[in-house]
Amino acid sequence: MTETSLMTVNMGPQHPATHGVLRLVMELDGEVIVTAVPHVGYLHRGMEKLAESLTYAQALTLTDRMDYTSALSNNLAYCLAVEKLLEIRIPRRAQVLRVLLAELQRISSHLLWLGTHALDLGAMTIFFYTFRERETIMDMLEQVTGARLTPSFIRIGGLAADIPDDFLPAVRAFIEAFPARIAEYEEMLTENIIWKKRTKGIAYLSGEECLQFGVTGPPLRASGVNYDVRKASPYSGYEEFDFEIPLGQNGDVYDRYLVRLEEMRQSNRIVRQAADRLPDGPVCAPDAPLVVPPPKEEVGKDIAALIRHFKIMQEGFRPPRGEVYASIESSKGELGFYLISDGSNRPFRMRVRAPSFNNLGALTKMIAGEMVADVVAAIGSIDIVLGEIDR
Amino acid sequence: MDRRAAADLLKEKFPDAVQSVEEFRGETTVAVDSVRLRDVMKHLKDGEALRYDLLLDLTAVDFADESPRFRMVYLLYSTRFGDRLRIRTRVAEGGALDTLSDIWKAADWLEREVYDMFGIRFSGHPDLRRILLDEGFVGHPLRKDFPLKGTEFDQPFWSFVFQPKTPI
Amino acid sequence: MGITDLSQDALQQVINWARKNSVWPVTFGLACCALEMMVASSATYDIARFGAEVFRPSPRQADLMIVAGTVTKKMGAVLRRIHEQMPEPKWVIAYGSCACSGGIFQTYSVVQGVDQIIPVDVYVPGCPPRPEDLLNGLIALQEKIGRERWGLRKLVSLPRGIHG
Repeated sequence: MTETSLMTVNMGPQHPATHGVLRLVMELDGEVIVTAVPHVGYLHRGMEKLAESLTYAQALTLTDRMDYTSALSNNLAYCLAVEKLLEIRIPRRAQVLRVLLAELQRISSHLLWLGTHALDLGAMTIFFYTFRERETIMDMLEQVTGARLTPSFIRIGGLAADIPDDFLPAVRAFIEAFPARIAEYEEMLTENIIWKKRTKGIAYLSGEECLQFGVTGPPLRASGVNYDVRKASPYSGYEEFDFEIPLGQNGDVYDRYLVRLEEMRQSNRIVRQAADRLPDGPVCAPDAPLVVPPPKEEVGKDIAALIRHFKIMQEGFRPPRGEVYASIESSKGELGFYLISDGSNRPFRMRVRAPSFNNLGALTKMIAGEMVADVVAAIGSIDIVLGEIDR
Repeated sequence: MDRRAAADLLKEKFPDAVQSVEEFRGETTVAVDSVRLRDVMKHLKDGEALRYDLLLDLTAVDFADESPRFRMVYLLYSTRFGDRLRIRTRVAEGGALDTLSDIWKAADWLEREVYDMFGIRFSGHPDLRRILLDEGFVGHPLRKDFPLKGTEFDQPFWSFVFQPKTPI
Repeated sequence: MGITDLSQDALQQVINWARKNSVWPVTFGLACCALEMMVASSATYDIARFGAEVFRPSPRQADLMIVAGTVTKKMGAVLRRIHEQMPEPKWVIAYGSCACSGGIFQTYSVVQGVDQIIPVDVYVPGCPPRPEDLLNGLIALQEKIGRERWGLRKLVSLPRGIHG
């Protein structure tokens, strides 16, 4: 009789299909995965520690670099937490613009996910299609923020600046064209027999298991659990927008794909509504002189404004003692910031509730018993970003 | 379900374990005796009117000059009632807490991260080892007495890699 | 005409020309900058115009390592090993502030510049640099390859390499 034993295969941290520096150690029985243990931390940059040495305004720049596929969402979550601490009310125009930018960012993040996920599974064409649309969004964001990936544009107390005049026409042109683009992607993938065989029934996770592992975002909703922070505890005026939360039933890779596609359509709807009902007014809280720096024109003319600007930039502000938690629905799941203030100008503790971290925790459960080729499908389907996992 | 009610229910059920209930900016924080933590958490998950089925986050905070030194914070969410609750407890340096990884599996990785960053141990945890940092790393970075740049910041990288370290 | 009839200079030029127009990078995305590296390979920026579109998953088939992102101490040893697996001649572009100098992350876990681990040919600063910057860096590297002379290119010899 021949003896058999399990084979240990290492995957990563340098591997094209792990979307960053994830390492998996798999025990294989032939082609079947017995167990797969993720090893993370290859991108641990010490952000939570670093934030304790920066002022509240400076720490904002770190949030861009966490989930770098949707930096504006991170900015938003962090600003919401600090604003909750300070009890600042944000003007309507800034709120609607925040929603608009966050939803554009969600579309761009999902496009990136779709392109790379399909690329991992061998469908290369779609990568070029989605990156074309993503570039359009990047150009629009650059128009507004001046940066492509790390804008730090949503600031504590509002926005860094108002939008330029040519931004809304560009957005309108995009939202008109985009539904047809999604149809193009669907044409290539949704009924594609190879795509279906690679994704249907793969990496199953029930709703119950998702909650056990703290999985949020599209993977949770693909398992049929209706939890979206935008509906459950609305922020930044989401309760006024008309949109639906797409749900899946099967909790497999295919349903996660469908959920994200539908989310892009819904985001498109939100962007359209936001562009239509954008009110006039300021984009920064007018009643927070110690937090929001004065406008640039004033700084050049008025000595008092100059001093105020200098003090805000140099020292920052001192929120009252206390602890808050504010969360948003980022493209990956519930992204929360837990801030503790000791009354000084620096956060005493900044904790990030990173959705990818918990979502990745469920990977072992997801792929046990699957074939080794399905690992990339499973990793792709939870849409991890290592910058957020390792922080 | 009203927010306040969850804390009240908890108080009724565990009068000796609930130490204080705080409201700040519309968020409820319940301070719990660390010895009874497991019972309280089990009840929060399974209790009929509570049903906090999602452990969103679990983390620690280092109050270096207080005693006991660390504060553990648990963020809970109930998908049935749409309600959030924060539970906190204290743990001393070198002390251990009961693991929650069998109640919520999400606690498995999160507790490993707390162990990695703060050096707090969790008794009963199935696989308590560092998660973000190298196995050979000395110290726990999120403690307040750990310097931001670490101890070997100015040394060239290779001396960092090849210095034999005693695993902790 | 046999190869011996060519002057050494002319032969060198032919080789340099071939090398610089077929630089194959290894797929080595670490963090944020990796996204811009991917964008550079997409249709809009089209890195194929410079002969560098063949991103190889295996370091053994690559000539160029674009270190795109923050190098942590945990990743440092892995990075060094991957670099050593690449066959000579090989070049390195440090893409982004983190790879150049550690960037904004002056912390306990980040290597302050990838040049502490491997020799770097071209530094592209920015956080993150635009895809055009990567193309610019690639052109600078091509010019550098074009100037190479035999015997002048030093083999990598940093102290205490992983393989001896």
